[in-house]
Formats: sequence, C-alpha cells, structure tokens
Amino acid sequence: MPLFHARVQVTLRPSVLDPAGEATRAAAARLGVHGVQRLRIGKSIEVALEAPDLAAAEAQLELLSDRLLANPVIEDWTLELAEAE
Amino acid sequence: MTIGIVVFPGSNCDRDVRWALEGCLGQPTRFLWHEERDLSGLDAVVIPGGFSYGDYLRCGAIARFAPVLQEVSAFAERGGPVLGICNGFQVLTEMGLLPGALTRNRSLHFLCETTPLRVEPGTCQWLHHYASGEQISLPIAHGEGRYQVDPEELRRLSDQGQIVLRYVANPNGSLGDVAGLSNQRGNVLGLMPHPERACDPSTGGIDGRRLLEMACA
Repeated sequence: MPLFHARVQVTLRPSVLDPAGEATRAAAARLGVHGVQRLRIGKSIEVALEAPDLAAAEAQLELLSDRLLANPVIEDWTLELAEAE
Repeated sequence: MTIGIVVFPGSNCDRDVRWALEGCLGQPTRFLWHEERDLSGLDAVVIPGGFSYGDYLRCGAIARFAPVLQEVSAFAERGGPVLGICNGFQVLTEMGLLPGALTRNRSLHFLCETTPLRVEPGTCQWLHHYASGEQISLPIAHGEGRYQVDPEELRRLSDQGQIVLRYVANPNGSLGDVAGLSNQRGNVLGLMPHPERACDPSTGGIDGRRLLEMACA
C-alpha cells in the first residue's frame, strides 16, 4: 500500500491568548531582538500513513487532525500531504 | 451506594478522592482502571485530578479515547452523576460532555493555593447543598485552568445558569471567571478546584464536603 508523508501544523486560534508565546517574545527583546511584533507557539506533527490512495490518506489525516491532533475549540490546523518517493 | 473513581496512568488524586469519600464520608468506592468497561453497580463516577497519560498532546486529549470513558459517557447520557475534578474537568471538555477548553494559565505559573469561589448551583445536582450566591473556599492546583470558549457560547452558558462556580479573584485568566461548569441537565459537573482536599477540618477547611456528599445521596 502506498505510503504518505504528512505534516500537520497546529496553531492557537487568533482569539486565544498565548502566554507562552508572550513570554518568549519578552525573551527575544532581552536577547536584543526588539522588532518582534507577534510570536505564537504551535505544534508541528509529522505523520507517515499507509493508505490506498491520496484521497483516502487525506480523509484519514483530516479526521486525525480534527479529532485528535487539534482541539477545534482553541486551535486551527493545516495539513501538508505528499506521497512518499 | 458505590462511587466509581477513574484511574488513568498518571492520575494522582485518585487516592485523595477515595480518602475523602471513604475516610471522611464513609462511602464505598471502586477504582476503575482506564481499560475497565464494567460500570455496573455504580451510583456516581468521579474523574480525578492528575496528568492522564502524561497529558501529552493536550490535557485530557489522549484520556478521551480510554475504554472506560466510553462507558462513562453512556452513563452520563443515562443521567448518571459524573464529577470531573481538575484534570477530570479537562477530560470532560475533551470528551465533549462539557463545552469549551482549559488552557495555560495566563501567568504561566502552576497555581497551588486556596481560592474563594461563588456558587450558583442552578440545576446542578452536585451543588444541591449550597445556597445561591454562597461564597466558599477550595484549593486549586493547576497549570492549565484558563477556561476558553467563544463569546456567544459563554453568554449562552451564563444565561442557562451552567457557570455554577466562579472565581471571586480570577487567578488564571479564565473567561467569565469560570471555575466550574455544569451540563444543562445538571448531572455532569467539571471544576478546576479540588473539593476532595477540603473534606477534613485537619486539612484546612470542609467546603468541599457538601459537594462530595451528593455522590452519596
């Protein structure tokens, strides 16, 4: 069965406060990088998945992202997907 | 009367809840290991605090798929009383039994202190013994207790009287000062504070006692 590589990026929804991101932004200024206007921390999740075809892989990964990897109440997610060489 | 206490790998308040129910209130309990599917003979279920499955990914996100919680979900749908404390509240939101989510405290600090709360019991059966507007004190101990939900949903929850516990001096940035939330039916309660740590006068207060007594009613 073909193997697919995916990367799911999970980010906090814009309306949700990210105190860890704010703390990191404060540290950036202490490092001497003063121009940081916005810094938000998310997650990047790599997945290797076997599926019959691209459409099936996409459907499985959407389910995975929406129901497990991200919590849609507070997070958004995006999916990059490619068949392995 | 027997109360089930869910035990995940990483739960750490399961024995505190047992002590409060058995030691302080004389109520028999049964531990429910996360792979358990038999809830027969139980009159209420408590999901205790801790770090279920290490709280990897998000607090409560992995616990939600535990076999025991499928049964707890069905139990709640039948009207069975379910109480989620701290991590248990996070699990209830991940399960969808309660709306919203609990996120990192605004201060980033793990908060471990006794905090004043205002009780608005409404139809929540767990809070039946508290007066409307009553102020109580319970310990909190969490790093991720900032309640988050979209503004319309927050208004709806408030209008329907589901915000049954509010912080008097909001410690973590929770929207709507939410410390505890009930479902509409009133049989499911999730709260960040720890009533089981406030049942014995020797530990500094007994304001949690009347809540846990409802599990014995």
